[in-house]
Amino acid sequence: MDAEAAKFIGAGIATLGMAGAALGVSSIFSNFLTGALRNPSAAPSQVGNLIFGFAVTEALGIFSFLVALILLFVA
Amino acid sequence: MAGTDPIHQFVIQDIFPIATIGGDGTPGSGMNIAFTNSALYMVLSVVVITGFLLMATSRRSVIPGRMQLVAEMGYQFIANMLRSSAGTEGMKFFPFVFSLFAFVLMGNMFGMIPYAFTFTSHIIVTFALAMLVISVVFIYGVMRHGLKFFKLFAPAGIPTPILFIVVPIEIVSFLSRPISLSVRLFGNILAGHITLKVFTGFVVTLGAAGFLGWMGAILPLFMAVALTALEFLVAAVQAYVFAVLTSMYLNDAVHPSH
Repeated sequence: MDAEAAKFIGAGIATLGMAGAALGVSSIFSNFLTGALRNPSAAPSQVGNLIFGFAVTEALGIFSFLVALILLFVA
Repeated sequence: MAGTDPIHQFVIQDIFPIATIGGDGTPGSGMNIAFTNSALYMVLSVVVITGFLLMATSRRSVIPGRMQLVAEMGYQFIANMLRSSAGTEGMKFFPFVFSLFAFVLMGNMFGMIPYAFTFTSHIIVTFALAMLVISVVFIYGVMRHGLKFFKLFAPAGIPTPILFIVVPIEIVSFLSRPISLSVRLFGNILAGHITLKVFTGFVVTLGAAGFLGWMGAILPLFMAVALTALEFLVAAVQAYVFAVLTSMYLNDAVHPSH
């Protein structure tokens, strides 16, 4: 298998990592919604934590996308 | 169609050259220092932020006008976030955190203008910002607390045999902070802009395919509109997250025990 084909296959496999990131992000938002529907008055105070947790979790999905991009365009 | 691939938007172009270090005079040798499009947008960001803040605080009335209200809201947003993350002693870093937040936010927002250049989409820029943050954390922590700063790596209440495993893990996790901080911002902005370019490329490709193509081109057009809205959100959220993480790392420097 030549290097070009291997790079494309590797880039495709690297995108599978986003499945974990999607599960993580949905877990954060679903837990927030569960808590917010039980205690609506406390919900606005936790929006900062929500956005922060979302961004940190999504970063890992972006890392896997980055590996795919590196395989396609850099290496 | 040379300029329509999704990577071409990230190419750095010289606007006017400044100097060449080293080399032997032939073009392409030595280190070329020039005023690039990246530098232009960095200067524009600083000028816009400074100009806005100067104009907003020029009147300084007790009941704020619209612009002063926006500036005060921005100030309070970052000040509350820094105070809740790093405590009152961390507030001495407020100019640093506010400058970082405003610079990254303006950089991301300028990138949303068509044909503009997004300087945060280059890893070297975000890596420089992240290294700046970690250097400030490390140097301030060591200057302020001396060697007790390294108690950060040995959290309290751990039995000694496990300490041999935990300390290397904590050190690696500390060293990975600049990497994750820079790659998070870089990856989000890069991925968003590439995706946007790909979908708008679909619009162009479908639009060239006759009447049926025009009908089909509506779909990637809607997707591009939705993606642009998402990109605005991502630009703001990534700037906020950069500032929040900076505040948390500064909290580790100011109060170094877990």
